Amino acid sequence: MSEQDTPEQAGFRQYCRQWLHANTPGEPPVRLPLSPLEIMTEAQLSYLQSWQKSAYDAGLVGCDYPVAVGGGGRSDCQRIANEEMIRARTPYFPNVIGLGMAAPTVFYHGQDALKERLLPRLFSGEDIWCQGFSEPGAGSDLASVQTFAQRDGDKWVINGHKVWTSLAHFAEWMILLLRTDKSHKYDGLSYFVVPIRAALGKGVTVRPLIKITGETGFNEVIFENLEVDDSYRLDELGKGWQVAMTTLLHERGAGELQTPRAGGMKSKSTHATNTANLIELARTMLRNGRPASDDPLLRDRIMQMVIREQGLAQNQRRARVSALQDHPLRLQLQNKLLASEITQDTAAIAVEVEGACASLYLGDENAPSGGQWPMAYMNSYGMTIAAGTSEVQRNILGERVLGLAKSK
Amino acid sequence: MTQPDDFGFGEEAAMLKASARKFFSEHFATDTLHRMVAADHDPQRMSACAWDRTLWQQMVELGWTALAVPESVGGLGMPLVAVVGLVEEVGRAAFPCPLLATLNATYVLAACGSTGEAALAEIVEGRTASLAITNRQGSWDSVDTDVRCAQGRLNGTAWFVQDARKVDRLLVSAQTSSGQALYWVATDADGVTVIPDAIVDLTRDQAHVTFDNAVAQEVSADGLAALTQAMPAIWTLLAADIAGAAEWQLQATVEYVNTRQQFDRPLGFFQAVKHPLVDVMILIDQCKSLVYNAACACDTEPSRAAAAAHMAKAAASDTAAFASGRSVQYHGGIGFTWECFVHLYFKRQKHSQLLWGDAAWHRAQLADIVIGKVA
Repeated sequence: MSEQDTPEQAGFRQYCRQWLHANTPGEPPVRLPLSPLEIMTEAQLSYLQSWQKSAYDAGLVGCDYPVAVGGGGRSDCQRIANEEMIRARTPYFPNVIGLGMAAPTVFYHGQDALKERLLPRLFSGEDIWCQGFSEPGAGSDLASVQTFAQRDGDKWVINGHKVWTSLAHFAEWMILLLRTDKSHKYDGLSYFVVPIRAALGKGVTVRPLIKITGETGFNEVIFENLEVDDSYRLDELGKGWQVAMTTLLHERGAGELQTPRAGGMKSKSTHATNTANLIELARTMLRNGRPASDDPLLRDRIMQMVIREQGLAQNQRRARVSALQDHPLRLQLQNKLLASEITQDTAAIAVEVEGACASLYLGDENAPSGGQWPMAYMNSYGMTIAAGTSEVQRNILGERVLGLAKSK
Repeated sequence: MTQPDDFGFGEEAAMLKASARKFFSEHFATDTLHRMVAADHDPQRMSACAWDRTLWQQMVELGWTALAVPESVGGLGMPLVAVVGLVEEVGRAAFPCPLLATLNATYVLAACGSTGEAALAEIVEGRTASLAITNRQGSWDSVDTDVRCAQGRLNGTAWFVQDARKVDRLLVSAQTSSGQALYWVATDADGVTVIPDAIVDLTRDQAHVTFDNAVAQEVSADGLAALTQAMPAIWTLLAADIAGAAEWQLQATVEYVNTRQQFDRPLGFFQAVKHPLVDVMILIDQCKSLVYNAACACDTEPSRAAAAAHMAKAAASDTAAFASGRSVQYHGGIGFTWECFVHLYFKRQKHSQLLWGDAAWHRAQLADIVIGKVA
């Protein structure tokens, strides 16, 4: 129990705890990937979808959205549900892009009828969502997207190529940033929601891309003369960039609406944090015939990670104390950058701790921790590149928080 | 035991921090500081001890020196989390004064139990104090001291005594025949000689203090226990000072790189400047968050205080070093001169970085707690 809970939050926390005690799912029937962005099989998906549905039906998803759009109509209670789900070590939700990015964007920029139609099935996980932002020629410079929608009466005809599209192979819907005017870079952008599953083979092609780790998980999506109704447009024509900022703000954890986030069920690892797992690894690996955890240089480097990890956790705690803020977005906009770089640097040290054994990968029975650390290290580059590279994050922090001269 | 989610940083603490910020911005601008402490630039100069006693007296009257003294002894009994808010503002102003030294002594005295109360009462009356607990090698291990006490008389030398010329009393750690004890002694007592060190930092003074049969009043027979209990608060206080000073360094440098034009653009446009300044901000925020976490642990969960405070001071020392380096570098040629204000903070931060243990020292202590000592 937290002393800072409002009466509503305290009651809701009690409720969540009781419900989770009785309803947290048991061991999954199939091995789950580290993150929902790597869900590959129907069996993985249906197990996770039925968990999200039951959590939604119980009121633990979309708590702070209005009842009219399928939410719980509560005040600052999603955070409580999240804390309790993490505490209960539940599985994660499969519809992460829907919950974290599409929902707030549709909520703030969509027409009422669209919200009422789309959000309940998004919250329940029945409709999986994906994000169509990046293109082969538009990465960090997102506003240079070339996917184009040509007006044709009440319809739009879309042509273009999106890449790094996680979950597109399961998605019913896509949030899509595209161009409706070629003469203005920013003001020529518009934003749509598109029912891609219904259009597979009829203007939409989804093809898997293989990641650095050897796993699949994300896709490229090609649009060829796809017809979309104008009622699927969010906000006004030419306001796509502003709408995309709402998406990105929430993706980076800096939005008004708290994203529903369930546990993550670290099934293999026994510890709550990356550094706790790293320390456990260092105790078991030998260096000069002694535990690696005795090596003074390694101890120092591991403590640097412990401190950074705790620093991030305490940043998030301090972000909730208004008297200790210097700037409203200063701590929030650091979240993604810090989390991804801490994960990467922790994995890099783990790989060094494993030494020669870090050459052994997932298929080798002698690999320490089943080859998870080399994979985690490679995977971490996805985190420092996706959702705005670390370099873009530093531009945003420098410009929006420190007020340094803009680079665009 | 559960810690309050808001660190226990309540309305009173917020008001104290805000009023301290206002106090220094109204009464003590950086150019005032520069005029006061940087009049003499001779590197061979005699050690100076310039400070504003009138402003200090106002701080004493505001009750700031008695904040941490328990109410039972007549103090204000404020939690550490409120005190670090004030100290952050002192660091931001780089205000030369014995506040930190007196607070340090307060936390040690408070850990002495009833035998420390008479000395705490003197602090409530407005007396200032500093710790004299460090040996010639600058060991931060509380067991090390070069002072001995026998038959109620102190002999030996205490080193690296902070703001020694500004304070009225010293809290001395000394070896005895049966262990280690703490003593309370006036700086002007017979047999006590304060010998100023010539130091880099212009915003503090420092001395070594010799004791030659000085008569001392014992405040704790188990000095090691009191020091061990109080050190987390002492590390946290200095980390808060560093966080405040680093914020000044960041803001001053941001202002400069937004003004200074080269290659037809403000310097801050260039990512070689922009990104490291963001990294300074990230380090400051990590440091601040860890400071409030450590203060909260000291207030509410003492079993976790040492680990939390090691994290705070380790993070603070790294912040001090990086923020200082970038502040001088990005001020360019002017930043390398005596007339530019950044050197005042650069020097204060270098001193703070090392005082009471640098980052590597604190991480080694933390590793002993988190991983366990090496067998």
